[in-house]
Amino acid sequence: MANDNMTIAQNISISTLISIGEHPLSGRPRRAEQDARAIELGLKLAADKLDSLYAGPALNTEATGVLRDYLGMGLGQIQIIDVPEYTDVTSTLLEHFSANKPDIILTGVQAEKGESSGMLPYLLAEQLNIPIVASITEIVSIDKQAGHAEVLQALPRGQRRKVKVNLPFIATVDISAPAPRQSAYGCAMRGELVVKQCDAYHKDFEQSKWHVNSAQKRPKRLKVVKAKTAADRFKAATAKVQGGAGKVIYDSKESTQEILKMLISEGII
Amino acid sequence: MSDIFRRDPRAQWIGRNRLHPLHQANSGEAKKGPSGLLRKNLHNIGFMGPNGIKRVDRSGDSNTSPLGRISAKPADLILPLHQIDEADFYIVVALDLVSARLTSHDRDTLGLAHQLANNNNAKGAVLAVAFGELKEDKLETAGIDRLIHFDSSEYHSYNPEQRCVDLYNIVNELQPKHILLPDSIHGGGDLGRRLAARLGQRVACGVWKVTDEHLLCRGAAGKTDIIRPMTTILLVLEECCEPVSETRHQSQLLPFHTTTINNSMLDQGNLSVDPNAVNLAEAGFILSGGNGIKDWPAFHLTAKTLGATEGASRVAVDDGYMPRDRQVGASGTWVTAKVYIAVGISGAVQHMQGIAQCDKVVAINSDDKCDMVKRADLSAIGDSTAILNDLRNLVQQHRAGQNHPYEGVNHGQ
Repeated sequence: MANDNMTIAQNISISTLISIGEHPLSGRPRRAEQDARAIELGLKLAADKLDSLYAGPALNTEATGVLRDYLGMGLGQIQIIDVPEYTDVTSTLLEHFSANKPDIILTGVQAEKGESSGMLPYLLAEQLNIPIVASITEIVSIDKQAGHAEVLQALPRGQRRKVKVNLPFIATVDISAPAPRQSAYGCAMRGELVVKQCDAYHKDFEQSKWHVNSAQKRPKRLKVVKAKTAADRFKAATAKVQGGAGKVIYDSKESTQEILKMLISEGII
Repeated sequence: MSDIFRRDPRAQWIGRNRLHPLHQANSGEAKKGPSGLLRKNLHNIGFMGPNGIKRVDRSGDSNTSPLGRISAKPADLILPLHQIDEADFYIVVALDLVSARLTSHDRDTLGLAHQLANNNNAKGAVLAVAFGELKEDKLETAGIDRLIHFDSSEYHSYNPEQRCVDLYNIVNELQPKHILLPDSIHGGGDLGRRLAARLGQRVACGVWKVTDEHLLCRGAAGKTDIIRPMTTILLVLEECCEPVSETRHQSQLLPFHTTTINNSMLDQGNLSVDPNAVNLAEAGFILSGGNGIKDWPAFHLTAKTLGATEGASRVAVDDGYMPRDRQVGASGTWVTAKVYIAVGISGAVQHMQGIAQCDKVVAINSDDKCDMVKRADLSAIGDSTAILNDLRNLVQQHRAGQNHPYEGVNHGQ
């Protein structure tokens, strides 16, 4: 969008947090869509110096397969903090980031598995005491000297808001960000998975109290008639729906006037 | 003015002439007769009862007319006031307020808050927190007992950090039993998560059903349902509860002082987005073309002038006039536009499925019997090219008129 006046500082360090996704229908493990977009965004800004971090159970074929898919996007390596399932990775990640805090941490808005509350970036931001920008689609410019960056935030109906944010910051990448590049097999094989064992982790005990089922279809809201009197109830039961057919206009002048009037009343023009 | 009674012969004539169109309007009340005395026409008083006997209702409750009873208007029902003077506890709701009005999501959230506040005859109060402008005219029926309104100029732009701090201070001062926010993209989801991180509490996201002790939430990005114990902070989905409809509420304004913080984020305003870069599924205004279009350049020009996202029917795509990703309908994109203008589209079933969620549909078509005209709220029958050209000119004229300093009525841009 603003590529011509893009000012990206060279020595900027970007970290992406990735997770194992899950296809909504088949349930197969895949690159998480938003995390892959975060990597795409990071690769565009700092192709060679992008840090990618995965915290979770890594030593199974499914996870390694997906992580290789991420590697295939052109990452040199992915750092893995190996913790078992149902672990609160916030403290683990905090420990990792307190040693060397990157300028920008990118991640998806929410995970595709588990609770998927989308809380992790907020907790990290709170603990690291840095700002968080939700659902961004693009980083327009980074000015490391002045210590701020400009990002575009996704709003409903395809609108975009420009936000200036101080460095360092965490940003969650929205699904409307540019689509991630394909994974290349050669890159995936060349890339390195660096596993770091982690002994001190916090198990999420609260989750063990929950019951998890596959999602039920939510009932449609019924139109309840709240009539106080019999006459009202009778009217509600027998009344025809108003305005079944729309207005039909044959005269071209009049019809364009009507269309304009509607566009104005809907707040479009 | 003198007290001399002056006859109005015309009014008297109308009073005598029962067939005169103004007779009804003029004869209702007591009139001065020729001598200046008030004359009441007794024949006009009262109404015929169900068994043919004349009834006169002097209580003043019924509105009778000489011709009989006028069917009672749906009078503005005054709902009973739900009054909480001393609240035992508070349920805090932070409102989304899209374009300064409550969204339906806000109302559902307030409905749930009302339910939680009055569960098992409890005497809790719903405290709504509104940031920025508030133009809602039906505020008292929304279910707000107390209202804290932050309306200084910095709240008119995006400042989630300041809002989070304010909410945090409110929570610390009032110690509410629950904090409810709509889990929406309008800011509620973001604010709720910020608050939860600051309070260090576990949040329940995507809550869509609340029972006494348990919550039913969507997990795994909507693929699972999680049944979990009640939490303090709830981010609720739309239609989680019925909105309040049977009571009025006080909406009593509570003063609350803000502590201004240094924001590390600065809102620099919305960008003007190219309408054709907007994803068709989330576009708000779509101009869609079909087989009936003869002049495609004029169609594109009209879309550009109106600022509409372009869509197409399957035929237009198959014929190569529009790219495949612009196709609206069952095998293309399901659109949710507020206004959808269908030009030269007769309305195949598959296309109608695609536009089922649109609010207003305008059909421009040469055939007034096609299915699109039956679905449309407004149909213009005629040559599509001519109508599009007219519309384009009219919109340009309207815009030019708007910019004129003396007749400028700005429509919320």
